[in-house]
Amino acid sequence: MNIVIAAVGGQGAVLASKILGTLAQNLGKDVKVSEVHGMSQRGGSVVAYVKFGEKVYSPVVEKGTADIVLAFEMLEGARYVDYLKENGKLVVNTQKIDPMPVITGNMKYPSDLSEKFEELNIGYIPVDALSIAKKAGTLKAVNVALIGVLAKNSNIKKEEWIKAIKDTVPEKFLELNLKAFEMGYNLE
Amino acid sequence: MKKLMLGNEAVARGAYEAGVLVATAYPGTPSTEITEHIVKYPEINSEWSVNEKVALEVAIGSAIAGARTVVSMKHVGLNVAADPLMTVAYTGINAGLLIIVADDPSMHSSQNEQDTRYYGMFAKIPVLEPSDSQECKDFVKLGLEISEKFDTPVILRLSTRVSHSQSLVELEEKEKIELKLYDYNPSKYVSAPANAKKRRIFIEERLNELSNFADSSDINKIEYTNKKIGIITSGVAYNYAKEAVSDASFLKFGMSYPLPEEKIKEFVQNCDKVYVFEELEPIFEQKIRSIGLNVIGKEIFPVVGELSSEIIRNALLNESKIVIEKIEGLPQRPPVLCPGCHHRGPFYVLKKLKLHVAGDIGCYTLGGFEPLNAIDTTICMGASIGMAHGFEMARGKDFAKKSVAVIGDSTFWHSGVTGLIDIVYNKGHSTVIILDNSITAMTGHQENPSTGKTLSGESTNQIDFEALGRSIGINRIRVVDAYDLKALEETIKEEVNAEEPSLIITKRPCVLIKGVKFDFKDYKIDPELCTGCKLCLKAGCPAISFDGKVAKINDSLCVGCGLCKDLCKFSAIVEVVK
Ligand code: SF4
Ligand code: SF4
Repeated sequence: MNIVIAAVGGQGAVLASKILGTLAQNLGKDVKVSEVHGMSQRGGSVVAYVKFGEKVYSPVVEKGTADIVLAFEMLEGARYVDYLKENGKLVVNTQKIDPMPVITGNMKYPSDLSEKFEELNIGYIPVDALSIAKKAGTLKAVNVALIGVLAKNSNIKKEEWIKAIKDTVPEKFLELNLKAFEMGYNLE
Repeated sequence: MKKLMLGNEAVARGAYEAGVLVATAYPGTPSTEITEHIVKYPEINSEWSVNEKVALEVAIGSAIAGARTVVSMKHVGLNVAADPLMTVAYTGINAGLLIIVADDPSMHSSQNEQDTRYYGMFAKIPVLEPSDSQECKDFVKLGLEISEKFDTPVILRLSTRVSHSQSLVELEEKEKIELKLYDYNPSKYVSAPANAKKRRIFIEERLNELSNFADSSDINKIEYTNKKIGIITSGVAYNYAKEAVSDASFLKFGMSYPLPEEKIKEFVQNCDKVYVFEELEPIFEQKIRSIGLNVIGKEIFPVVGELSSEIIRNALLNESKIVIEKIEGLPQRPPVLCPGCHHRGPFYVLKKLKLHVAGDIGCYTLGGFEPLNAIDTTICMGASIGMAHGFEMARGKDFAKKSVAVIGDSTFWHSGVTGLIDIVYNKGHSTVIILDNSITAMTGHQENPSTGKTLSGESTNQIDFEALGRSIGINRIRVVDAYDLKALEETIKEEVNAEEPSLIITKRPCVLIKGVKFDFKDYKIDPELCTGCKLCLKAGCPAISFDGKVAKINDSLCVGCGLCKDLCKFSAIVEVVK
């Protein structure tokens, strides 16, 4: 299983990759998780890879080999669609965050991303994760709301997902996050 | 028990299991987490040093005094520590000394791309190179054993992908290692010519023994499968190659300097075609060619940037897996100062005043990019102050009045302080701005001499910029609130025009420091009042964007610092009343 998590710095990509890594370990798989953060703490592109299976060598997911791209923002989803293999799934938060070249007016935020995703030979699952997170009580739970959607679309048991979240998320934030997970999981 | 561990965390675990007693470091991506995990083992006495040179010097002292010691830094940090490195290679050690250096191929977060294996060759000391977290832990232990057995410091070379990826690690018990006796041995440790000349010979003998060890130890492994293709590799590149061409034969170096010549000869003779797949420089390749063997290397593999499974698959098998088309023409998302970052104010003002700004290394380097564009130069840690003085040396006092140096608090302690002393001593006129956000922010928030806390969170002397400035003879010292644009502008104007050196300290904690309370409010833009002039966008805050007609604030990103409010001439940025 190859998963790419694409996000904007500050959205919680690292926690999401930890949850997935823990999930894989709990399932008794070999697993590698790799994250690269650039120079900024908030606002730059962030990408993390999670791979698990019988034996995993490279910690990096290659283009054309991902089963899932889990994107926390539309533009970041678009940046990594070519990492998907044929019929792979793009689970994407429909939130749009303007990057600096758009803010400064040097470039336009592409307006037709969802049409482009529809046209590709992939499973396209748009999710309004920001609204879910707001309803759950914290804007920070976008990541776990998306994991809820991912869980629903996987064939791994729900209890395993919940256990991985409990193993990873600090006690203080657990309740809010479990709520966001449930809301993502039960989304129609 | 197996645990999923970051490479850096596994290094820390290795230090613990190997009975390390002292650990020093200066933070630098991708090496930082090593020390952040080491501090969790109370049996290890650890510190953030002010820079890598000091970190290594402390570590050398500790190893000679009898404690197994590790010191960690990023590749550019080893340049700073190069001076003690070259000499400790001569003196050798008493208890084990491991120098852990994390390279950053592809420069995810660095000012250059350099190959630490060269430093191993340069200093003639062994370099070990793990390829995953398990090896990170194992090689720390092995490295310390090699260090003690051969009386040499050892380099453990990591890379971003090894440091920052997690894989499973088998945990073991801590070894029982006693503090060794202090090694009083001036003829070995006083590196004066008469002594050093003898050690020079010793180094060559040691290198021979290390080469024999490289051949006999199973840290360098041959794996034969299909002998049509042989691949010689090390580090994370081994995993890339294994994934792409798993049925090839492999010679994997766990010790990448010195190399095992006998093993290389055997391997090359047994395979039809041999490829050398190494990240960055062709170091293995040149060595292998120099013993008269024919291999394929950098003529098909890049010398720039990280390697990948894709690269080796394309080069060897000519097949590529991409099926979904890339979406072209997307805007990049370059790194930016965080919403609410206190550096934004000073940079906004510096740009407005059209000053030449000598910049330095830290979050605030991002002030050099769109839309702030407020930095002229950035070279290395601590260079800004000396460079500003250089501007004046080259172009005179009037140019000094049009320029400033900016430097962060941690970087100032690292190596800015000597530049400042130089300006005072040599009668310069430069203005130096210390952007004091009370933390080492860019690497993820580490303590430093002005935060009042040590690595382990204990309270300590808080070293004061103002008192320091006065003590070295600076008369003009000003402290300004970094969010107060008016005060900043007035202060900077006055100080650049002064006929003597000045020090300005802009104070406000980084908005991401845990536990610091801000009196921030919620802001929004009133669309009725916004004229669409875009002036507020000049602050370069990622939380403000423009929808074509009016500006708006993204409430999931805004932290409410209020800086943008002062930029709006139409009072359109208003507090949200809850
Ligand atoms: S981490 Fe702190 S200092 Fe760095 S850009 Fe963000 S707010 Fe500024
Ligand atoms: S108040 Fe303005 S400048 Fe500060 S974080 Fe919010 S949008 Fe950015």
